[in-house]
Amino acid sequence: MEYIIILVSAILINNFVLAQFLGICPFLGVSNRLSSAISMGAAVTFVMTLTAIVTWPLFYLVLAPYKLDFLQIITFILVIASLVQFVEMFIKKSSPPLYDALGIFLPLITTNCAILGFALFAVLKNYSYLETIVFGVGAGLGFTLALVIMAGIREELQFADVPQSLRGAGITLLVAGILALAFMGFAGLIR
Amino acid sequence: MSKQNTLSQEFLKGLWKENPNLVQLLGMCPMLAVTNEVVNAIGMAGAVTFVLLASALIISLIRSWIPAQVRIPTFIVIIAGFVTMADRYLAAFYPDLSKALGPFVPLIVVNCVILGRMEAFASKNKPGRSVIDALGMSVGFGIVLLIMGAVRELLGNGTILGAQILSPNWYDPMMVFILPAGAFLTLGLLIGVSNLVQKKLAGR
Repeated sequence: MEYIIILVSAILINNFVLAQFLGICPFLGVSNRLSSAISMGAAVTFVMTLTAIVTWPLFYLVLAPYKLDFLQIITFILVIASLVQFVEMFIKKSSPPLYDALGIFLPLITTNCAILGFALFAVLKNYSYLETIVFGVGAGLGFTLALVIMAGIREELQFADVPQSLRGAGITLLVAGILALAFMGFAGLIR
Repeated sequence: MSKQNTLSQEFLKGLWKENPNLVQLLGMCPMLAVTNEVVNAIGMAGAVTFVLLASALIISLIRSWIPAQVRIPTFIVIIAGFVTMADRYLAAFYPDLSKALGPFVPLIVVNCVILGRMEAFASKNKPGRSVIDALGMSVGFGIVLLIMGAVRELLGNGTILGAQILSPNWYDPMMVFILPAGAFLTLGLLIGVSNLVQKKLAGR
């Protein structure tokens, strides 16, 4: 039950993009087409889950016992950067079609603050190993959900008569604001 | 850049023409997340300024020794080092602020404004020029943060820096502006207004 709560809360209530403001750059950058939004979401969910699997043991077995937790930022960013690199090489070898689909989105993930933010949040929340992994999957799915909804709206928006100065980033942020308001409706799900 | 800018142009471009937030759309996450109160905005602007200046100086000093293939990891490690310093400093001397900013201080590491400036400017220019550029970018970033913080705190709470500006007798605070949704709306409108002004200036 606890795991379901974590999952639902990460996807809907504390949605990384719309409630925590993590991963805004890719949210604005790749949400103009539905297909690229799905690829980006998949790549982020995948890397986030891997990050959960790797950073938890690293923090609780290496950094915390030796009182090195001030090195957390440097350690996590290095872990994420090398994970992304590794995943990229692995996918390139094992599944070229998938590599073509994810291609340019993989390197971008390193500087996606959603991933580092997730690793830091998981430590702040004192989750157990399994809870961290569930949280990672949930956060990734939540990111994907927000991205896909946004991409769907933006594809429609192309035909709308938007004031000149608001075109592009302006209207996207306004739509995101309305989406965030809508997502606040989920807050009553769990207390 | 076809011809070399003067130092003052280097500084001023960060404020308006190449403003990191309004024009380049970089570093949006902290912009939205920590601007619910002016105090938080000031804290974040300070931390970003420190990290940006320090890493611009270091990176432009050692720019000729960094091999091109590993330059991004090198930048990230240098930035992460300064971010750790800023994070520890805030936690030690301003515990309340540090708590309010939460994970967004460590997240300066992946703030694309910083990495972007390192890649686009500090790794190619002399230290003095890089520091000026970094200073301009930080001030541009800080100003937008402050505007966002002031608008949201004023409309959402009727206060600025905790001081009551709009009297609760006749002003009913619009809660939504402190909430996440308000951040998106404020920034969206701010970008719209800046585009409008930009166009008016260009049309003259």
